Amino acid sequence: MQVLYGRHHVRVFRFGLRLVRDEQIAEDLISEVFLDVWRQAGKFEGRSAVTTWLLAITRFKALSALRRRKDVGLDDETANAIEDTSDDPEVVAQKKDTGEALRKCLTALSPEHREIVDLVYYHEKSVEEVAEIVGIPENTVKTRLFYARKKLAELLKAAGIERGWP
Amino acid sequence: MMAASKKMLDHEPSEVETLLPFHAAGTLNARDARRVEEALAGDPELARQYAVIREEYAETISLNESLGAPSVRAMQKLFAAIDAEPAREPSRSIGLSARLSGFFASLSPRTLAWSASLGAVLLLLQAGVIGAVLMKNQTASFQTASLSLNEKSAAPLTRDLGSSITPTRALVRFTPDARIADITALLDNYQASIVDGAKGGMFSLQFGKAMSKDEVAGLLARLQREKIVSLAVATP
Repeated sequence: MQVLYGRHHVRVFRFGLRLVRDEQIAEDLISEVFLDVWRQAGKFEGRSAVTTWLLAITRFKALSALRRRKDVGLDDETANAIEDTSDDPEVVAQKKDTGEALRKCLTALSPEHREIVDLVYYHEKSVEEVAEIVGIPENTVKTRLFYARKKLAELLKAAGIERGWP
Repeated sequence: MMAASKKMLDHEPSEVETLLPFHAAGTLNARDARRVEEALAGDPELARQYAVIREEYAETISLNESLGAPSVRAMQKLFAAIDAEPAREPSRSIGLSARLSGFFASLSPRTLAWSASLGAVLLLLQAGVIGAVLMKNQTASFQTASLSLNEKSAAPLTRDLGSSITPTRALVRFTPDARIADITALLDNYQASIVDGAKGGMFSLQFGKAMSKDEVAGLLARLQREKIVSLAVATP
């Protein structure tokens, strides 16, 4: 377990943190995820990668934690409102830093869009693996990511940054 | 193709467009990757979109990397919870092969390599012992099947399971901050392999050879001095 934990805890933490946006809750998630792994080790059938299994458990735990936390909404508007209170993309754009604006807009995506962007770009999961983690059909994985990217472009456009797409 | 991708921006995305992010991340199979490469070569609009995707890809990684790592509190909490778990009876419903594959999957490739090498050495040793015993008993160039009245010399040939060459084992607990790279390096240095998982945080390590009592004491002392080892004791 120490070896498994050592190898994957940072990845689990970051995925959880991007979903729940609270370090304390994300740390609690890690303990819950690996404790579940410890308890259910026999159920792991090796058909998918260990990381895919871990991320699926993390996602389930994160969504449960979000449901428990009544003050955090799951919809786009609520998510955007939380991020827009301080240094919003517009302010960042004024600093002429596209990269920073892009990162800011990535955090302003809805949880549904954030998770798919993270799974594909950061965790480098294939279409099939994302479908398994999120529990949606493979075609939905592809179109959901497309619309997440479109939303990202809209946020950047609103912040005054044109990237030539769409 | 260019017209097609442009049209799709306002409506439904084309199949190739939806594959672009996966191509950037390198997670497409060879057939789809080739399909995307061909489309990119013939459609400048698609290529522009791909450049935007590469930027998103880089910034997503940068954003995630900036999130840092969890504190040791998370790990302490986890292992305290595991220690508090009731001892479990091994489940009868899980097949032996599933258990074995699960166990081997949890080991690092280097550990597996060491275990395989050790297994091969043990097999060779066993073959040597059997061969030596057979050669010793073979006094003629051929033997006839006959009842020997001298029962003492007709004892069955049994396999010695290697009690005289049993490799040394020890129980080791690694420090909480031990990294996988440190552990594999230690296993390398000591020519050891992990043969059992963490029971109460202790790993059972098997070393490449059998050792005398003094050698074992020396080995344990050396292990105990390792930075990533918090406890090293002989197997009870």
